[in-house]
Amino acid sequence: MFVRLVYESFRRQKRRKILAGAAITLGVTVATAMIAVATDIGDKINRELRTIGANLVITPQEDSLDVEIGGVNLKPPTDGAFLSEADLPKIKGIFWHNNITAFAPMLPVNAAIERYGKRVEATLVGTYFAKQLSYGNETFTTGVRTTFPWWKVSGSWPHDNSMDVLLGERVAARLNEKAGDELIVYGLPTRVSGILSTGGAEDDEIVAPLAMAQGIIAKPDAVKRVYVSALTKPEDAFARRDPKSLSGAIYDRWYCTPYPQAIALQLTEVMSHSHAEQIRQVAQNEGAVLTRIEGLIFLITLAALFASGLAVSAAMATAIFERRAEVGLMKALGAGKFAVASVFFAEAALMALIGGAVGFGIGSALARQIGHSIFNSQISISPVLLPVILAIAVIVTFAGSAMAIRRAVSLDPVFALRGEL
Amino acid sequence: MSHQARDLAATRTHAPHTSMFLRMLVRAAILRRGRAASALFAMVVAAAVATAMLNLYVDVQAKLQREFRNYGANIILVGKDGTSLPAGTLAQVDSELAGRGIAAPFGLVVARTADGQPIVVAGIDFDRVKQLDRWWSVSAWPTTANQVLIGVRALPLVSPKNQAFDLTFQGHTLHVNQAGTVQTGAAEDSRIYVSLAEFVSWTGVQPSTIEVAANGSPEEVAAVMNQLAQALPAADVRPVRQIMEGEARVLGKTRATLLAAASLIILTAALCVLSTLMGWVFDRRRDFAIMKALGASERLLNGFFAAEAAALGATGAMIGFLVGIGIAAWIGRANFHAPVVPRFGVLPIVLAGSMAVTLISAILPISLLRRVQPAVILRGE
Repeated sequence: MFVRLVYESFRRQKRRKILAGAAITLGVTVATAMIAVATDIGDKINRELRTIGANLVITPQEDSLDVEIGGVNLKPPTDGAFLSEADLPKIKGIFWHNNITAFAPMLPVNAAIERYGKRVEATLVGTYFAKQLSYGNETFTTGVRTTFPWWKVSGSWPHDNSMDVLLGERVAARLNEKAGDELIVYGLPTRVSGILSTGGAEDDEIVAPLAMAQGIIAKPDAVKRVYVSALTKPEDAFARRDPKSLSGAIYDRWYCTPYPQAIALQLTEVMSHSHAEQIRQVAQNEGAVLTRIEGLIFLITLAALFASGLAVSAAMATAIFERRAEVGLMKALGAGKFAVASVFFAEAALMALIGGAVGFGIGSALARQIGHSIFNSQISISPVLLPVILAIAVIVTFAGSAMAIRRAVSLDPVFALRGEL
Repeated sequence: MSHQARDLAATRTHAPHTSMFLRMLVRAAILRRGRAASALFAMVVAAAVATAMLNLYVDVQAKLQREFRNYGANIILVGKDGTSLPAGTLAQVDSELAGRGIAAPFGLVVARTADGQPIVVAGIDFDRVKQLDRWWSVSAWPTTANQVLIGVRALPLVSPKNQAFDLTFQGHTLHVNQAGTVQTGAAEDSRIYVSLAEFVSWTGVQPSTIEVAANGSPEEVAAVMNQLAQALPAADVRPVRQIMEGEARVLGKTRATLLAAASLIILTAALCVLSTLMGWVFDRRRDFAIMKALGASERLLNGFFAAEAAALGATGAMIGFLVGIGIAAWIGRANFHAPVVPRFGVLPIVLAGSMAVTLISAILPISLLRRVQPAVILRGE
C-alpha cells in the first residue's frame, strides 16, 4: 500500500513532481559545477600564473659573482663554473616532475656581430626555444617559448638545431636589421629568423640556439643557469623550515609537498654541482594571488551551496503545502502522523535521488564547459563525488521538507478537506 | 451598530478609491503573515546573494590588482641609449603620478672591492624600494648613513666576517658597514645597495632607471605610461610586459569564473523566489475568486497582484541589498583583508531584477487562474 501510494503520487501529480524535481536538479547542478570548479581552480590559476615566468632558477654551486648591468655581462663569459647540459633531462625525473611545466637553460656569452662592415659587441644568449628532450620513455618539449610566454617574435622562432638567431628589438634597430636578413655572428654567417621583443634585457641581446653559444666559448655541454617553471604550493611556515633540521617522517612530508623550497632541493639533487633557488618576485607573489583567488571561489561555492539548498527547500515546501487536502484525506481515513510523514519523506528521497543524479550529470557537463571556455582545459569531476552529492541532495531535500511536512501532518483533517487553511 | 462602527463605516464610504486598494494590500500581508514572510525571506535572500555577487564581481578586479602590485613595477623608465636620467626626473615622475603609484630610482655602477674584484653597486631609496619590491627578503634595512644592504651571494666576497669594507669607483673610495643582507633569487643577490644620496655624491652618477608601479586597470596603467612618456622626452618609457600580461590573464580568467559562478547563483536564487511566490499566489486563488465574484475587473485584479508583487520585490530588494553589501564586505575582509566597497550602482540592477522576478511569478499564476470560473475555485475544486 505504501509503495502504491508513492507510485500513484508520482504518476498522477506529474506537474508538481516535475516542478519540485526541476528545483532539486537545478540546485544539484549548481552545487556540482561549483564544487568541481572550486576544487580545480587552484591548479588552473597556478597554470595561468606560470605566464609570469619561471619561479625557480638553478645556478652553478661554485659560481663567481655576476657582474651584470641591464643584461650586459661585464665579466669574461668563460669565468666561473657551469652546469652540465647533459643533466637537464633529469629534471623530468624528480619526485615532482609532473609539476615542472617547463625549463629553459641559459648561456650568455659576449659576441661581436657584423653587418655590412658595422661591428657591434652584444650579449648572445644560448637557450632552448622548443627543444625535444627525452627522459626514460617520456619525451617532452621545453624551452623559452613556454617559460617566458610574453616573449613576442615578429618573424619566426628559430629551430633549436639550426644556426638561426633572434635579434633583440633594440639591437635590430641599431643594426637596421629585420627578420630574414643575414648576419655574421662571431665570424659565422647566420640568419635572423625573427625580431624579439620582451620589454626586458633581452631587447638588447641576441638569442640563439644553445649549441651556438657553447661553440663560441668552446665549451660544449656548458649551461650558466636554468630557469624552471613549476607548479608550487603557496609557501607556509612549515615550508620555510630547514630540511636538515627535520626528522624522518616530517622530512618526508616536507619533501613530498610541492613547496618551492622542496622542488628546489630536488632540482639540486639531479643537477650536479648546482644550487637552486626560488625567484622570490615570482614565487612569493604567486602564493599570495593563488590563496586569494582560491579563498574567493571557496566562499562563493559556499554561497552557491546555500542558494541551491534554499531553492530546493522552497520548492519542497510549496509542493507539500499544496497537498494538504490529500493529507486531510489520509488522516480522515485513519493514517497516523508517522504514516503520512513517511509517505512524504519517501517521495522526497526518491526525488532527491533522481534529481541529484540528473543534476550531477548536468553539473559535470557544466563544469567541463566552464573549464573549456575559460581555461581551455578540462575540469573533470571524480565519480567518487556522486554519492557525496546524492547524500547532500537527500539531506537538503529532507531539511527543506521537514518544516512543511510537520505542518502538514499536524493539520486538522476537517479544515484541510474544507480547504480553509 | 455601535457608534464607533458607524463612524468607521462613514469614513470608509467617503474614503478615496485608492484607500481600499492599499487596505487590501496591507491586510493580505498581515493576515497571512507566515506565507508573506516566507516569500519576503526568499526575496531578501535572493537579492542579498545577487547584490553580494555583483558587488564582488565589480570589485574583484581592484582587489586583485592590488595583489598584483606586489609583483613590483609595471613600468620602467630608462635613459635613452643607456645614459643616466637627468637630475630631477624622479620629482617629475612623482608629480606626474600624483599618488597613482610609486616610483623608485636605481643607479648602477661597477665598483671594485678592496682586493680589486669587480662588483655591481646600486644606489637606491630604501623606503621606496621597501614599498615597491616587497618580495625582497631583507634581514635588516639600513637605518643610518654608510650602512648598506649586501646581496647574499656578494656577502662572502666583500664582508665574510661582517666587517666594514671599502668600495672604490674611479679612484673615489666609500667606506661602508653592513646593515643586512638581501635575497631575491635574481640579480639582486650579487649586488650591494647603498642609499641614493651617498651613491650620487660618491660616484657622481645619476640614477639610470626608475621603476614605477602604477595602480589600476590596464587602461589606467597605459594612460600613466603615455603621460610619463610625454612629460619626460629624455627617458625611454617601457611597460614590464612580463607582469602586465600575466596580470591581465589571471584577472581575466578569475573574473570570467566569477561571472559564471555569479550567474549560476543568481539564476538559482531567482528560481527559488519564483517557485515560492508562485506557490503563494496560487494559494490565494480563493481571494482571487471572491474578488472576481464581487465584480472586480480584470484590470483591477491584475493591478492588485502586480502591486503586491512589486511591493514585495522592492522591499525584498532593499533589505537584500543591505544584507548583500554586508556579505560582500565580510568576504572582502575575510579573503582580501580589505572591505569590498559598496557599489550603489548595483542597487538599480538588483531592484529591477527583483521586481521583474516577482512580477513574473505573480502574473503567471493569475493568467492561469483567469480562465477558471470563480465558482469552481470557491467550491475548492
